[in-house]
Amino acid sequence: MARAVSFNRKTVNTALAWAIGLLIFFPILWTILTSFKTEGQAIADPPIFLMFDWTLENYAIVQERSDYLKFLTNSVIIAGGSTLLGILVAVPAAWSMAFVPSKRTKDILLWMLSTKMLPAVGVLYPIYLIFIELGLLDTKIGLVVVLMLINLPIIVWMLYTYFKEIPSEILEAARMDGASLRSEILYVLTPMAIPGIASTILLNFILAWNEAFWTLNLTAAQAAPLTAFIASYSSPEGLFYAKLSAASTMAIAPILVLGWFSQKQLVRGLTFGAVK
Amino acid sequence: MATQHSRSAARLMMAPAVMLLLGWMLVPLIMTLMFSFKKYLPLRGGDLGWVGFDNYIRFVSSSSFWPSVMTTLIIVGGVLLITLVLGTLLALLLDQPMWGQGVVRILVIAPFFVMPTVSALVWKNMFMDANYGLLSYLWEFFGAEPIQWMSQASLTSIITIVSWQWLPFATLILLTAIQSLDHEQLEASEMDGATTLKRFWHIVLPHLSRAITVVLLIQTIFLLSIFAEIFVTTAGAFGSKTLTYLIFQRVLESQNVGLGSAGGVYAIILANIVAIFLMRIVGQNLDK
Repeated sequence: MARAVSFNRKTVNTALAWAIGLLIFFPILWTILTSFKTEGQAIADPPIFLMFDWTLENYAIVQERSDYLKFLTNSVIIAGGSTLLGILVAVPAAWSMAFVPSKRTKDILLWMLSTKMLPAVGVLYPIYLIFIELGLLDTKIGLVVVLMLINLPIIVWMLYTYFKEIPSEILEAARMDGASLRSEILYVLTPMAIPGIASTILLNFILAWNEAFWTLNLTAAQAAPLTAFIASYSSPEGLFYAKLSAASTMAIAPILVLGWFSQKQLVRGLTFGAVK
Repeated sequence: MATQHSRSAARLMMAPAVMLLLGWMLVPLIMTLMFSFKKYLPLRGGDLGWVGFDNYIRFVSSSSFWPSVMTTLIIVGGVLLITLVLGTLLALLLDQPMWGQGVVRILVIAPFFVMPTVSALVWKNMFMDANYGLLSYLWEFFGAEPIQWMSQASLTSIITIVSWQWLPFATLILLTAIQSLDHEQLEASEMDGATTLKRFWHIVLPHLSRAITVVLLIQTIFLLSIFAEIFVTTAGAFGSKTLTYLIFQRVLESQNVGLGSAGGVYAIILANIVAIFLMRIVGQNLDK
């Protein structure tokens, strides 16, 4: 259903939208560009946009000096581990709430959401203390568990809204045909639920990757993911724009790509079904 | 319908998630509550006994309390105002027919996926640095004196950075809401001679009110606890200490756990006041 619009108006819309889009994207673009400059060119006056000697040396130096790969591995393990663990716990819960709803289902969902609202700083010390007692401080497993817990409400909610969309008649038909609960889940539900589960994994991986309260406060040298690695550049002696840019680009590039695929899930995942 | 058998199976399947979240909520919460009534200095004597509401009174009567409340309100309010106004305008624009809409959407949404420590550092150094930042060049280019962003305009700086991060979120949600608007109604009113402003005021805005409320509430909850953006830019200096940051300093930097925990309880109460409104909207939607 095309809306009739004059050619001129469409041209103006396009120009305006592109200008604003590029303006918003500019800090990211500038960071990527700067990562390919030499340190001298990075702070040149006036700034150089494209006509500089493109170099990859910053990437090599960042890896060599600070062992970027170790932090990257930590980020992948922490974000991936917490997401998968969360899915494992959340799928059965969301399944039962979507297909065997009871009077309390709504209350449980809302209560789960309310745990997400608990400000992290309010429980910082207890978690810190528990981590010390259990020897979890600066370990990947500790962060996997904490990030799983803070994202669990979102995971349950997203899965619940996806599962809700699966027609329950199909399940009943399978049940009539004598399918056991196990085969019902395995052969009927799972294939239909996979797209929703994949979207949930995607968004929560992104959220865990970017989480910057617990990762900053509960890690030191060993388990630090990229968020903490980048924060270490805030000390004045670590300040070289080209290298900061290279490190930043490497830290955000994978997520930018994944993020572009997850626009739709973002709305569903972060508004808890309140905006459709 | 659901049999007795499937009901108990359902309960069993729900158990791990419910137990985990219950533990995650109750254990630290009870500990925070307990600490808040104690004089507790891990590095200077440890647990020094119960002190009643002492910490609660000291937390609010310390000279940094009211400034931190003001700072929190300014940052949260500033970011909400900027992201909601610009987000609405941008969503209206992106809803219009144009070429390359998909690409523009990608450009606009990108900042949301940048990790907070990266956006804070990039803005602080490459844009807001008084000597080498791009904004300084811009200021000089127009003959103005470059601003020492972090020290002279710390709140403006932080609001800018955080708004940049959250504008995509507001825009995307509002765009989703606008797209569900009945365009025929708009066109009909256009034929009836309603001006653009009138159409926005009487048709678009009421339609968006729910989405705006949701964005407002969700952002408030996240914004009340922004941390990394302050941690790597000013570290709470130059009047940029929010309530969250003040509690963080009390607990981890000065290791006054009792005092910090009392602050934590205030923060929890504050977040819950906002959360109640959000839950009500979300709950209404579940009934549909």
